[in-house]
Amino acid sequence: MNELVFFINNVVIAGSVTGSIYAIGAIGVTLIFSIMRFAHFAHADMMTFGAFMALLLTAIFPGAGALVGLPTAIVMLPLAMLLTSALAVGIDRAFYKPLRAHGVKPIVMVIGSLGVTLMLQGLIRLFSGTGGQSLYIDERKEIFRLALPFENVRAPIVVTEPQVILFVLTVVCVLGLHVFLSRSRLGKAMRAMSDNPDLARASGINTNTIVAVTWVIAGGLAAIAGTLLSLDVTFKPDLSFFLLLPIFAAAIVGGVGHPYGAIAGGFVVGFAETLAVFNWSILLRPFGDSLPEWLVQANLAFVGTEYKIVVPFFILVAILIWRPTGIFKGKVI
Amino acid sequence: MPLLEARDVHGGYGGMNILNGVNMTIEADEIGVIVGPNGAGKSTMLKAVFGLLQVSQGEILLRGEPIHNLPPNKLVQKGMGFVPQENNVFPSLSVQENLEMGAFLKPDNVKRMLAQVYEFFPPLHDKRRQPAGELSGGQRQMVAMGRALMAEPEVLLLDEPTAGLSPLYMNEIFERVRQINAAGVGILMVEQNAKQALAIADKGFVLAAGQNRFTDTGAALLADPEVAKSFLGG
Repeated sequence: MNELVFFINNVVIAGSVTGSIYAIGAIGVTLIFSIMRFAHFAHADMMTFGAFMALLLTAIFPGAGALVGLPTAIVMLPLAMLLTSALAVGIDRAFYKPLRAHGVKPIVMVIGSLGVTLMLQGLIRLFSGTGGQSLYIDERKEIFRLALPFENVRAPIVVTEPQVILFVLTVVCVLGLHVFLSRSRLGKAMRAMSDNPDLARASGINTNTIVAVTWVIAGGLAAIAGTLLSLDVTFKPDLSFFLLLPIFAAAIVGGVGHPYGAIAGGFVVGFAETLAVFNWSILLRPFGDSLPEWLVQANLAFVGTEYKIVVPFFILVAILIWRPTGIFKGKVI
Repeated sequence: MPLLEARDVHGGYGGMNILNGVNMTIEADEIGVIVGPNGAGKSTMLKAVFGLLQVSQGEILLRGEPIHNLPPNKLVQKGMGFVPQENNVFPSLSVQENLEMGAFLKPDNVKRMLAQVYEFFPPLHDKRRQPAGELSGGQRQMVAMGRALMAEPEVLLLDEPTAGLSPLYMNEIFERVRQINAAGVGILMVEQNAKQALAIADKGFVLAAGQNRFTDTGAALLADPEVAKSFLGG
């Protein structure tokens, strides 16, 4: 039973955490692609930027969270989302809009967004320094230990406060996005523009408004994912390097242009990562008496933790070869 | 004052002129039909009217107000509706969502107009929850026309509404066009099926090489032996 708890902690919980972060990031990537038809490489840096805004605000208003019993960074999250959305709209106005107006090919936009990545990362580094920083300033990260009511189970299920908040926010985001896309006038117009931009224009839909709304949503979601990830581990200016590939893998696995696919893709990639680094021999321990000792002692993880990043690479390559449209039959980038 | 007027319109893509001086006038209660051989600039003219093409010379007036080179969303606001020939529905949106998009600028009208459009095209009501991409060609054309009608246009532009449809659907669409017009909407349409189209037309414009070759009432053009010989296949 201890082994099962170990599995829950290291696979179920860890996979859900990673999956949620990737899913929220991938939704942004997929929305931007479906409206503007380019792969937005600077998206992971928008996540870092959102986390950095939360860090700054936490430093400015320390202890603000104690009033409501939440981490300060969470209390500051709406403001961080707003700032990140503003940054996203601003970047679009300054860099992507002129390119669109010239009618450039998508690859030019992609390279442009690569430039924005470097610029954003440099800017964040300039102000934050290069080291890691905790988003808990003068606060303590709460850790919940749920002991299972069984005999012989010593290890508890461990879940931290930011993880619980992340799960709640992921559900809220997914439900909110669903209602927005299927019920609201703007959400339907977004789907219409993704389907057929010319006809959207001919129907009187102002496509500039839709583009701005897309950036606001993508920016806000990026801030949520970045902040929650930084709360759970630490804030680092190069966070995006470890996010960019997995969120693109998630978007492609789910089928580019499908928000629900991006959510599914995020969890597929997240769980694939955690399952790949999990040492399966632990699950063999209860049967240790009937199995050869070398097998029980061996490290049966597919890859070492330090090579976790190869998993999304592998998934990406595999999906591009065998099912380039993804689970939900999206567009081919 | 005419509903829609084009005076000596020149224009084309990327410096290449396709329209070399087109003139047309449509009154509020009229159906205007543009016919002519392939490459005559029929669809191009329609696109120029709807602001999808740079007009380099001449002018287009809607109720006396110059509208050439205004973006399409402004023209929808001014009471113009456009049904493209191809890709004229949002395939992944349901039929009803397609129609709702037509009333994007007039959200208060959605309920009333939906009821009207469903009454006008009963098959759409049965399929309202189905993605438009799964419909047959004729039903898709109904969705496209319904979407344009949702904004209550004064003038409706139709680009080859019967292209690729079976004769049964073709007659149905022509009949619908006549009814839409009878309800007070001016129509300007481009058609390959010239004879049937001219039969319901108040005005016909025969274009060739981007210019008016013949301009007359639909009936007169049908009766004109020269038009019949060179443009209506004898």
